[in-house]
Amino acid sequence: MTWGLERMPEITLLEAINQAMHLEMDRDERVVVVGEDVAKSGGVFRATDGLLQKFGPDRIFDMPLAEGVVVGSSIGLAIAGLVPVAEIQFMGFAHNAFSQIVDQLARVRSRSCGRFHAQVTVRMPYGGGVRTPEFHSDAFEAQFAQAPGLKVVCPSNPRDAKGLLLAAIRDPDPVLFLEPLKGYRLVRGEVPDGDFTTPIGEAAVVRPGRDCTLIAWSAGVQLALRAAEDAAQHGIEVEVIDLRSLVPLDVNTLVKSVMRTGRAVVVQEAPLTAGFAAEVVSTIQEEAFFSLQAPIRRVGAPDAAYPVQLLEEHYIPSPERVLRAIRATLKD
Amino acid sequence: MGPFRLAEIPPATRYLSPTGELVGAETPMSDELAIRGLRCMLLGRRFDERSISLQRQGRMVTLAPGIGQEAASVGAAMALNQRIDWIVPQYREIAGQLWHGLPLRVAFLWHMGHPLGFDVPQGVNMLPFQASVAGQIPHAVGLAWGLKLLRTGGSVVTFFGDGATSEGDFHEAANLAGVMKAPVVMVCQNNRWAISTPVEQQTASPTLAQKAVAYGIHGAQCDGNDLFAVYATVQAAVARARAGEGASLIEALTYRLGLHTTADDPTRYVPAGEPAEWQLKDPIVRLQRYLMAKGAITESDLEEIEATVKEELAEAWKEAQHEPSPDPQHFFARGFAEPARRLLRQLDDLGPRADA
Repeated sequence: MTWGLERMPEITLLEAINQAMHLEMDRDERVVVVGEDVAKSGGVFRATDGLLQKFGPDRIFDMPLAEGVVVGSSIGLAIAGLVPVAEIQFMGFAHNAFSQIVDQLARVRSRSCGRFHAQVTVRMPYGGGVRTPEFHSDAFEAQFAQAPGLKVVCPSNPRDAKGLLLAAIRDPDPVLFLEPLKGYRLVRGEVPDGDFTTPIGEAAVVRPGRDCTLIAWSAGVQLALRAAEDAAQHGIEVEVIDLRSLVPLDVNTLVKSVMRTGRAVVVQEAPLTAGFAAEVVSTIQEEAFFSLQAPIRRVGAPDAAYPVQLLEEHYIPSPERVLRAIRATLKD
Repeated sequence: MGPFRLAEIPPATRYLSPTGELVGAETPMSDELAIRGLRCMLLGRRFDERSISLQRQGRMVTLAPGIGQEAASVGAAMALNQRIDWIVPQYREIAGQLWHGLPLRVAFLWHMGHPLGFDVPQGVNMLPFQASVAGQIPHAVGLAWGLKLLRTGGSVVTFFGDGATSEGDFHEAANLAGVMKAPVVMVCQNNRWAISTPVEQQTASPTLAQKAVAYGIHGAQCDGNDLFAVYATVQAAVARARAGEGASLIEALTYRLGLHTTADDPTRYVPAGEPAEWQLKDPIVRLQRYLMAKGAITESDLEEIEATVKEELAEAWKEAQHEPSPDPQHFFARGFAEPARRLLRQLDDLGPRADA
């Protein structure tokens, strides 16, 4: 309906994130950005590029190299009345802030009986496949998903990245905003120029199909789409669901799809045991057991530490492994 | 280049000797204010004693009394402007929190295990109790930094113990406070014991205050059992904060006269005789002696104060007991502004709503 009125330029996922921050800092003067190397250098990936020049040194801050206090001080900033957007440079270093995220940030509202809340967004890139040094590639989103009080979103494409980031910053509760490192510059797409939000807690069917439901999030979605393409060559019509939010989880979209297809494969980049795929599988099992025609399969990394660069491609799930799982579930 | 010079911190500020004689300059507050401070310290002391007794009767949960440390928290709180300044507590400074406006009823509810024990009323500039040691210090620094960015003129006092200075959160927060020149006063109640670990095993630093030097912030030590010393030292630090001179680390030298918590048995590790030595330095007795010696209060004034404290405690305890039991449905849903459908379904599993 806004065709012709609103430009829809094709931009990268990283540009979409940058655009969202420019837009929101302009719209809401309470928004401040904190993180390591975010101001002068514009972030190691340039996600915060141009913000210092546009909004000045009272709105964006280069922080000491300490993830815990990046998040911990954001809680205080929020209680003072500001709206911090904190950047953790890589999820692999977020464990240094784990207690401030999980024990503190997530509980501000509940433990204060609602007197205080933490309107804080914590952005962090994650995932492998881009030859970063050790610790930089970890995917432990499931550890955060188990922290009540925290919303966890993980866009896979530029449009959702912008819409979800705007929704996250405006959300009165803390949101962990996980960005697919691999997709930063690789994934391009049309994104409306103006202001819009993507609702947190809504999954999207990104490719329709009737034979099998393939569930993924973040960088896994591109992988899933490739696997679905390959499956189509074999005459298998795969429905791909992009969860977009892990918490809250959109149970309805999952269940509706599986009730139609009767089969499901869940892809995660993390090691298999106790990953978020296990939560998805349990949920489908509880809600759609009698629609299932085959056991649900998971594709993930092995239960081994993330390897150095030369071993990466053997570690994270490949389209071939996903396709094998799809074909196997169709034979079950 | 010569060897590093050891960070030098001036000797601890003190106004009153343990027996209540004025040892230095004039007192930093009027007798009238000192009497109000004394009353608040007594309120904290009697609250702790009452709570321990109720805990022993099985009517309260495990709790951490602040007996012997009342001057450290009340003196610091007295240096604040309640309208614009904030307190970010750990868990052993009830007396100072009462001064800053925390209702006694809330303190009792906390010790009862009631969620409303964390419900700091609107208008009281204070965060809830914090059981994770040092976890609140980054919040205090962020809050102070935010108050500065918003130009409110407010400062923040945060309390923690000697053990907390070993935590990463303390280090990260003190460092950031220095970099951002946050108007925060970090009050370390060095009570010599972190459960069973004495301060000498906590750090090789001769003082905790000298850690300030490395962070580039102001550091000072004071006699934490001397209300005047704590008040004057924190007041100076707050003045620095208000003047834009940044953060301070204040080490208040005090002593945990009781237990770490009601689940603790200090006789297993505290050297025999140590508590008795510190009993002689009791902050309440010290201030009482001083005020009585100079004729600012009489024995009957003291009796009168004790009587009103007792009354206030009885009233608050009654109010706390009248608080309805928490409704699980209600409280578990409080994690989010709008709880997700998934959570609401889980709550249905807990059973019917108490208010339905």
